[in-house]
Amino acid sequence: MYVAVKGGERAIDNAHDWLAEERRGDPSVAELSVAQIREQLALAVNRVMAEGSLQDADLAALAIKQARGDLIEAIFLIRAYRTTLPRFGATEAVDTGAMACDRRISATFKDLPGGQVLGPTFDYTHRLIDFALAAEGTPPEQPGPEAPEGAEQPMPRVMEFLNREGLIETPEPGEETPRDVTREPLELPADRALRLQVLSRADEGFLLSLAYSTQRGYARNHPFVGELRIGTVPLEMEVPELGFSVEIGEIALTECETVNQFTGSKSEPPQFTRGYGLVFGQSERKAISMALVDRALRWEELGEDDQGAPAQDTEFVLYHADNIQATGFLEHIKLPHYVDFQSELELVRKLRRESATRPAREAEECA
Amino acid sequence: MQAHTLEGGFAAPPREAAQAFRSLMEAMARPGTIHALAGASPPAPLSPAAGAVLLTLVDGTTPVHLAGAADCAEVRQWLAFHTGAPVVGPAEAAFALGTWEALAPLDRFALGTPEYPDRSATLIVELPHLAAEGAVLSGPGIETTAALSLPETRAFSENRRHYPLGRDFLFTCGARLAALPRSTEVR
Amino acid sequence: MEEPNAETAARKVRMGRLAKAPEGRVAALLDACLDRPGFDWLRAPEIGSVMVRGRAGGTGQPFNLGEVTVTRCALRLASGEVGHAYLKGRRKADAEAAALVDALMQTDAAARLQSGVLEVLEDEARTARASRAARAATTKVDFFTMVRGED
Repeated sequence: MYVAVKGGERAIDNAHDWLAEERRGDPSVAELSVAQIREQLALAVNRVMAEGSLQDADLAALAIKQARGDLIEAIFLIRAYRTTLPRFGATEAVDTGAMACDRRISATFKDLPGGQVLGPTFDYTHRLIDFALAAEGTPPEQPGPEAPEGAEQPMPRVMEFLNREGLIETPEPGEETPRDVTREPLELPADRALRLQVLSRADEGFLLSLAYSTQRGYARNHPFVGELRIGTVPLEMEVPELGFSVEIGEIALTECETVNQFTGSKSEPPQFTRGYGLVFGQSERKAISMALVDRALRWEELGEDDQGAPAQDTEFVLYHADNIQATGFLEHIKLPHYVDFQSELELVRKLRRESATRPAREAEECA
Repeated sequence: MQAHTLEGGFAAPPREAAQAFRSLMEAMARPGTIHALAGASPPAPLSPAAGAVLLTLVDGTTPVHLAGAADCAEVRQWLAFHTGAPVVGPAEAAFALGTWEALAPLDRFALGTPEYPDRSATLIVELPHLAAEGAVLSGPGIETTAALSLPETRAFSENRRHYPLGRDFLFTCGARLAALPRSTEVR
Repeated sequence: MEEPNAETAARKVRMGRLAKAPEGRVAALLDACLDRPGFDWLRAPEIGSVMVRGRAGGTGQPFNLGEVTVTRCALRLASGEVGHAYLKGRRKADAEAAALVDALMQTDAAARLQSGVLEVLEDEARTARASRAARAATTKVDFFTMVRGED
């Protein structure tokens, strides 16, 4: 049983004041601006937007500043802000095939039309600390590289090329209004649309671990990165009072499609199957993880065996993927639980008394 | 789109919507009491109170059914601009609006489910006359009994039988409002 | 709705262009073209969210990806024309400028705004897109097949 407690206002106020001072750190060091965080810690900002499930870079940067760099705390702030916003509607489904790509690679199709475009990637860095960055100077202006002719060519989906023989499953297009986990409680069974929403806002670390577990053999499904693309797409939404749709801006997304070997099942012919990841911002570790976990969760609709792997357990994955739900439940146990504890103490004392007075019976039960 | 269907919303939406929400809460919490609810100027045949209810409670995620004369182009456009709510048939409606005659029969509207009793319809009934007289109300939020000029009593005692499922009712007349939640007994 | 298709199509293009302009740009171009006329708010700028949808596998069933912040407003000029704006982000001043241009495009000022605002925005967007694509193209690689692994 819980007990309501009162008081502590002064202590709480003082704690908040101290928190504000600690947030600022040494006042002789220049204060960070929100714009600096937005521009120079962009991947942290992207993560807060993806897991906060709200795309607004300035807001995410401010949340990171307020949370002293604790990203889960920042995501919490974004989620809380999100609930105060009136919902104007939904966009039409974005066309990632028409993405203006900064990066676009395929691990399965070497000579893809449009080419392999690395973009601003860490992939081929040596992971050596660059002490030049500690010098805090502006790097010398590099002359921009020569722009090749016809840079703006379309980059069609790799899967469409691979599928010329029809050996890859093709998703069924549809126009159903998808269920929305921000508007109704998460109920099982969860269709793929609902699973993808939960995965897209899921904790990156949790998804990464689950995805890694599938690679190591728990629900092994042999994934290859069919295509990974990062870039911007326009957002278009129907405006009820106008009766037509308009573009409201552009959004950066990371999309990953995996190709998985599949030997066929009772319901499906042998073919390649696909996993899908789509995440706000530049967030490729998350997008790849999402695609692997999406594929693992599809075992039932593809008629595969349940190997009892964690990544195949829809309930386990969906109910534990959200870091705000998780941290809320986890961290509340440090808040005052005085009466619980008193009653627990009473219980332990009682059990001890009982066991002390009936040692013989206890011994019998153990035997 | 006609320009006048773009008017008639709250002048200061956050404050007026909060005040209207408070009136709605009071009306729901004390069934039978009558509250002023102004600030909206919807197109005919909607009353100002019904307009204020829509502006306060309805948005793009709450499907609305317009019954009878309330279902006209002007109301649809006004609703679209100010709330973005989709207009739907009775079975899918979270809110329904019309006169008592236009809303009948009530069994067209959602009752809720045992898991989610909240997934029922709220009916906004436009009445020509609203006064604290007539049918006798009792139950939660009423100290002894209250009286309200309901269009009939049988439909409400029938609704009460489904509790905790059931539809909730808001009665609007001019710039005034009363409410009858599913928990109220009507004689 | 009541508008003929060509007008609707033009309006759709211009609202998109105005929404995608960088912060402050529409206001700067508008003010360089003409003095802002008086207007009444039909809907003062308000901030809300819009749910972004994706598709499973890129082309399959739609799903909810997450929300974006959006600012919208509607206004009416003294001469009666109504302008709307819907744009991504929390940008009330930008929404006001975009709605003003949308309304003024229905008046005599249309030609001036077409060349002084909309065409400029289109050129700037095209240049930005091309330079981004060119930057990306410099990171295009050709992998040479050295040895085909036996698997």
